[in-house]
Order: sequence, then C-alpha cells, then structure tokens
Amino acid sequence: MAKTKVLMTGNEAIAEGAIQGGCRFYAGYPITPQNELIAYMARHLLPAGGVFIQAESELAAINMVFAAAAAGSRAMTSSSSPGISLKQEGISYIAGAELPAVIVNIMRGGPGLGNIWPAQSDYFQATRGGGHGDYRCIVLAPSSVQEAYDLMALAFELADRYRNPAIILGDGMLGQMMEPLSVHSPQPTVHRKKNILPNKKWALTGCKGRKPNIIKSFYMKEGDLEKFNLRLQEKYKIIKQKEQRCDSLFLEDAQVILVAYGTMARIARGAVTKLREDGKKIGLIRPVTLWPFPDKVFKRLAISDKRLAILVIEMSYGQMLDDVRLAVNCQAPVEFLGRSGGGVPSEGEIINKVRKLLRTREPEN
Amino acid sequence: MTERIIIAGAGGQGIMLLGKVLSMAAMRKGKFVTWLPSYGAEVRGGTAHCMVVISDQEIGSPYIDKADTLIVMNKPSLTRFQSKIKDKGLVLINSSLIDKYPRGNSRLLPCPFSELAMKLGNIKVANMVALGAFLSQRKIVDLKDIFGVISDIAPEDKRGLIEVNKRALEEGAKYGSR
Repeated sequence: MAKTKVLMTGNEAIAEGAIQGGCRFYAGYPITPQNELIAYMARHLLPAGGVFIQAESELAAINMVFAAAAAGSRAMTSSSSPGISLKQEGISYIAGAELPAVIVNIMRGGPGLGNIWPAQSDYFQATRGGGHGDYRCIVLAPSSVQEAYDLMALAFELADRYRNPAIILGDGMLGQMMEPLSVHSPQPTVHRKKNILPNKKWALTGCKGRKPNIIKSFYMKEGDLEKFNLRLQEKYKIIKQKEQRCDSLFLEDAQVILVAYGTMARIARGAVTKLREDGKKIGLIRPVTLWPFPDKVFKRLAISDKRLAILVIEMSYGQMLDDVRLAVNCQAPVEFLGRSGGGVPSEGEIINKVRKLLRTREPEN
Repeated sequence: MTERIIIAGAGGQGIMLLGKVLSMAAMRKGKFVTWLPSYGAEVRGGTAHCMVVISDQEIGSPYIDKADTLIVMNKPSLTRFQSKIKDKGLVLINSSLIDKYPRGNSRLLPCPFSELAMKLGNIKVANMVALGAFLSQRKIVDLKDIFGVISDIAPEDKRGLIEVNKRALEEGAKYGSR
C-alpha cells in the first residue's frame, strides 16, 4: 500500500478517513471548532461519488443521515457539543431503528453555548446514550491526527456490523491541530471501484420482487417493545465483550497508573515520559473505546498490590472517572485531576499531582 | 531534540503560514511535528498565533506551556507571550514594529523583519524573513528544505511570488547570523 505523508488538521483527517472508509453521504451544519471537517467534505465527497448536504439545521442533518442510513448508505454527520445536543433525538431514533451511522463530536466547552475551546465534557452524553431510551452508541476516542483518520473506517465497520450508531469523540485541539498523516493512497479521494459495503439486506432500496423491508422504532403491541429492548441489550452485551479497545504503557511495574483519553492522553503520556526519566514508576491506560469502556484491562491489573493508585485525568470534572471506579471496583484508590470550560490540565500540573500522590503513599522509612 | 516554538503577530502577517511551512519542512525530514493554531473569531488586523512543536520523539502536548523560541511580529504579541518563554529561551523580535522590549533571562534577537521585507518590495514576506532568521539560530531544517516546501505549496496563480519568498528567507538568515 502506497504511503505518503501529508500535514493535515484532525478535522480534515477525520473527513478523509471517512471517505476512505466508504462514507458516501454527509449532512452537517457548521460550528467551530469542527468547520474544517464539513469544508473538507464539501470539497471532496462529491468527486468520491458521494452526496454532500449543508443542511438548514442540526436537526435536519441528523434526520438526513437517519434516512440515508435506512437506504443503506454509509452516512455520517459531524458537529461540536451544542450541535450534538440538538442531534440527540435523531441519534435515539437511529439507535431505535438499529441503523448504522457515524456521528463525529469535536467537543468544546459547555454547558449551554459555552465557548469554542477544547473540552471533554460530553463524555456522559456520548457513553450513556444521550437521547431518550435504553440505548448505547459505540464511542471511539482518537488521540492523534493519524488515529483520527484510522478510526473512521473502524467506526463505519462497527456501525455496520452491529447496526448501531458509532460516535467519534474528539475535542477542539485534536480537530484544529496539524500532524503528519500517512494516507492509504497518494490520491486519497479517488473513488474505490471495489464495492466495500457489506450487503445490507435490511435496507430500504425499493422492494420490487421482494418482501418490503420495514425500518421503525415504534412498537405498539403489548410486549413488543420490551422484546425489542431485550434484543438490544443482548447486542450491547456482545459489543461489550468483543469490542473493548485500549492502549497502555508501563503497566507491569507501575505504582501510579494515569487514565486519560483523546488529547488528554497525549499530554498525560508526556508526563509519564518525564516521570519515568526521573525513576518514578508511572503507567498509562488510554481507552480508545469509551463505550464499551475497556474494563477488562483494569481487571487484569494486580489491583491487590497495595501500593497501586489510579489517577484519572480529564478535560471535564469527573465523567470517565465513574467508569474507572466501576472497573476498579474499590480495589485501589482512584484519584482525579480535571479542568474544563477551555482549561486543559498541563503536563506540569499532572507531574505535580503525581508527585504529591507518591509522597502521601510512600511508607515512612 | 524537541523544539517548542510560539509564533505570534497580527492577523494578515502570515503567522499561520510561517508555522505551516516550517512544520512541513520538518515533517519531510522525518521529524514528529504538531502545529496548533489560535482559532475562532480571528480577523485580519487582530492577533494570531500558532504553536509548533518539532521533535525526534512522539509529541505529547501540542499546547506549549514554556517555549524554547518565541517569534513575535508585533507589540501586543510580545506583551501576551513574553511570560511563556522559558529561561534562556530565544526571542526573535520584529524591531520594525516593536521599539521597546524587556531584558529578561531570554536571548533577544531584534531584527527589522518588516523593513527588510519592504526593501525586497513586498511587506508580506516579513514572515519568511523571520523564518530565515530563526533557522540561522536553530538549524532544524536547511533553507533549501523551506524552498522546496514553498515551491510545492504555491498555488498556480502565485508562482511569481516564490522568488521573493526565497530572497526573504536568505535575507533573514543573513541578518540572523550576523
């Protein structure tokens, strides 16, 4: 496979990764800090044989994606926090209709209109469903421009495989920054001839010569909705079992394990490198899937080790913290460091917090 | 090697492009690079800055707390970022637009970027004069690597400007290494 390096923003890489991943329908409404994504789609999706629509609103965009997904297309939309809130009704309907679709959230500070600076404060919204009803979205959290690109194809694959919405959860910093990117083809937007879409027998493609397909999230008959929900829960159980993904560093001998995702994880990695140079036994767990949360990796840790402490770091005030606590299940102390509303915990702040933690935990000699 | 550079000036001074050209040249040398812009309500004449990190190793934070080098093209940028320079860091100052600068612990290099650009007949290349001066101090890439990037990214209707950009880089490098 030909590899060439280009310098791209995270937003552009996500758009390019989506096109390479087979996305052929995009509808969106502009919002900072993800505008480079919609702009890239506007320029490149048509030449790739796809459909691009700048919708009149976020509601229109998500419902267009709902329809395109029902028709069997690999469809996506993108926005930033306030815009994603507007899309929640549509996402709930997509989950209820068991359709595959990809939703990109380049998070900014909240609540309300908030500001345009990076944040991770939509973790609960993304991993707990977000709209009404008992549903879950698959949530992937890239931490570099390369990973943002690479995860797009995976998001479409998982969405198709499980007929479930998948969310890419990034932040303003990841969206805006440029990094070298290896693309799969030197002319990335050339339409692939090979049909990479799986056969979607359930799609609404015109029923001439076959039984009509029905796509709905409405169950009137007594007991039907409960049955449907139980089926959803079965599906979620399988996803939790099979699709946990995470990255880790130095877990073998770590006395403090940092847990962070996305942009926050790369800042934490910088802190780990510096602390290791100083002889401190620090490790890192970086969840790549936020739902399903990679709890298996925590269960494999030697949590009976009394010296071990866990430090969760977020650009929010303790959201992923809940999942880490559930995974650790009181087997080790779980500490927290977080800032939000545009504030980003720095490498220095992380190092200070870790040093303090080590001091309080060291037995007196 | 890790070099953290903050480039700041007025919107329209080519701040983003300066950072981008340097990042691309470093990328082509096989370095790890991050380029982080200021974004949002940015307008011509307002302030603009970008943060560039170039390293032999994977880069953690693209956001710079303490910079090895600060390149400032106008006065408000110096005021805003002078606290971000690390001890004994390098500060390249556009002396055409900044008359007073504090003597701190940093290594100051005042250089009339705008005037040198005007002498070349195009004030817009002040950014490339600054880049040339920077590279004379920090040999991260060669001038010819930058030439390569410029001629590759120049759009069809702007190819006439390649030459003056090259001369701006050379002028900056000459001034910087005096």
